[in-house]
Amino acid sequence: MLLIPLTIHLLIVWIPTILSIVLSLTKWNGIRFDNLEWVAFENYDQIILGAFQQDFFQAVLNNLWLLLFLFFGPTALGMFLAYLLDKNLRGSRIYQSMFYTPVVLSLAVVGFIWSNIMYDQEFGLATWAFGGGESVDWLGNQSFLFEFGGYGLSKNFLAILVAMAWRHTGYIMVLYLAGMKSVDASLRESASLDGCNEWQTFRFVLFPTLKPINVIVVVITVIEALRAFDIVYVLNTPRNTELLSILTTDNLIGEGADNIGRGSAYATMLFILCIGFVLWYVTNHYRKQESSV
Amino acid sequence: MSEETRRSPSPSEVGFVLGRRNVLKGAAAIGGTAAFGGFLAACGSDDEGDTAGEGGAATGVVRVASNYSDAKPNEGLKAALDTIPNENLTIELNEVDHNTYQEQIVAYMQDPPDDVAPWFASFRLSPLASAGLLMDISDIWTEKLDDKLSGGFKQASSYEGKQYAVPWTFYSWGIHYRKSVWEAAGATPPETYEELLALCETLQGAGVTPFALGNDGRWPAMGTFDQLNFRLNGYQYHIDLMAGKESWTDDRTKAVFARWAELLPYHQPDPNGREWQDAAQALVDGEAAMMTIGNFVGDIFPNEDLDDLDFFPFPILNDEHGQDTVEAPIDNWVVVAEPQNLAGAKEVVAHFGFKEAQDTFLSIAPGVQATNNDVDTDAYNALQQKSAALVQNAANVTQFLDRDTLPAFANEAGQAFADFLSNPANIDTILDDLQGKAEALL
Repeated sequence: MLLIPLTIHLLIVWIPTILSIVLSLTKWNGIRFDNLEWVAFENYDQIILGAFQQDFFQAVLNNLWLLLFLFFGPTALGMFLAYLLDKNLRGSRIYQSMFYTPVVLSLAVVGFIWSNIMYDQEFGLATWAFGGGESVDWLGNQSFLFEFGGYGLSKNFLAILVAMAWRHTGYIMVLYLAGMKSVDASLRESASLDGCNEWQTFRFVLFPTLKPINVIVVVITVIEALRAFDIVYVLNTPRNTELLSILTTDNLIGEGADNIGRGSAYATMLFILCIGFVLWYVTNHYRKQESSV
Repeated sequence: MSEETRRSPSPSEVGFVLGRRNVLKGAAAIGGTAAFGGFLAACGSDDEGDTAGEGGAATGVVRVASNYSDAKPNEGLKAALDTIPNENLTIELNEVDHNTYQEQIVAYMQDPPDDVAPWFASFRLSPLASAGLLMDISDIWTEKLDDKLSGGFKQASSYEGKQYAVPWTFYSWGIHYRKSVWEAAGATPPETYEELLALCETLQGAGVTPFALGNDGRWPAMGTFDQLNFRLNGYQYHIDLMAGKESWTDDRTKAVFARWAELLPYHQPDPNGREWQDAAQALVDGEAAMMTIGNFVGDIFPNEDLDDLDFFPFPILNDEHGQDTVEAPIDNWVVVAEPQNLAGAKEVVAHFGFKEAQDTFLSIAPGVQATNNDVDTDAYNALQQKSAALVQNAANVTQFLDRDTLPAFANEAGQAFADFLSNPANIDTILDDLQGKAEALL
């Protein structure tokens, strides 16, 4: 019975994955197989030690910034919004819809909103609110906010992070809201009878019962941080906003450029990061389940 | 330039008169089989003109790929194909969306359903030609085209001394400005670098930004680099640099960036986040006095202001090279490596270099200029005429940075230029890095 899903899985997941790892050991322009040249680890040498080192490590760092940012920004904010909405404020459904709207908008709309309405140099909403009458180069300013050894967090990437938060917060909020709605009301009641203040109720009663949601949010956030592509690609401007996924795409799409090998090498590095997390998660998760039986 | 001719913002796309992604009625994606809308080539008996003369011995069906997805160019192309004076040839047009065609060209060329296809000139030909995907059509040049197309066009159609393409239409790059704004400021087009600097001072003193620049997308600054490089170091150096035969850390390359750094204070600040259309709008509004850009900037101008738009070639930086090079991206037609109808494909591709075909196309889609020497330029608007004269008298024609080198390297160069615009003082590090990439890629 397992054979059919297994075959399908192998065919559409693992065979392409392995092929792309194989391609990362070649130099190939995508035109005919006889142009394919085996170069062993030259692509990895180039991206880790050679001419593309700067791009690669800045991209890895940006993925890391994204991960940290998603945890401390949208996740915290989403949880806070969920907590407020859970209190059944008047009009909470309207707020709920408003916060969730960015998640359901199509990417084309999101790109337009941020590049043309928010971050326009002269007439953008963000420029109007924070520019103090001057034009601000939100998406083009690639200088670092802080820097160490040639790497750092660039200002335009921070602007893109804000745009991502705008979308991610609503998503996290809905997850937590669903979790909080399912918390047994008697728990809160007994907490208040025991004299817990609001913070204590949240910290020692509500938060621990949300553990399954926390696990889901952690997984979603890590995966989102690793595979993030869309908004960054749409808003991607001069430099220092690259992510691993974007380096991969930039090297694979296009014509006649002999960089399918390098694009695959970027993809393989991304794959190694992802699989590392997945293995850690799966083993941990199942170990706990087994020990709790 | 007519308002009908919409162009895509990227120069890698500009050149074909194209527009939004058109939904083609049932046109298959690249590699698809549907060659639809086949129509009979008209029996051309009438205009003999300067055609090859023999009328063509080819027979049968010739399949032509078309990425002219906008209404007017599409109509123009069909009409141009109608002028083929051979009633034994049937043309089947396989229409494909422009952007799709470009993205998929490599896959398409490996198993092309067509005999004749559109593509770009110069270095952009070389990946396809060197991989053996295009047919050597040097014989067509010798027999039919040498007297009709200038040497610059031949050079841009060649790979390793052989010709692989027939040039069809082009447009050119230069410094565009509004005549009325300049008259009000008492300015005239500068011919030398000193005059340009003096002019910039004057304009800035009068509260006008001399140069508009929007580098979003990373390609517009390539135009400025190209002009500075071939004016200062000449055509051959520029082409060698693009091919990786000269170094980015060479003093001659650094001299280009030194000049650029001198000119930067006269450009709009923060260009990296500005779209070229917004920069062009500053030109339209008179806030900026000039802009180094292609003729397609006319699309930003309201119709009533189009007559006010003019351009001049980039000033002389080095007397040795004068103004002998023009940047004029050309659109070509190529024959695939193994056409199904060899004789027919050759006849059709040659016809694209003839006067009738180009005249007919321009009469319907007047956004570009013809490559044929004999095309009647009286029908051109002033800008078209100027551009055509420049290119026809040029000793060398370059395409554009992203057509003169490998696309992958053009991306890296675009990023390096953006870095330079963001922090000009950092140029040595930027060029070291770029040279490393050139060595890895070229």
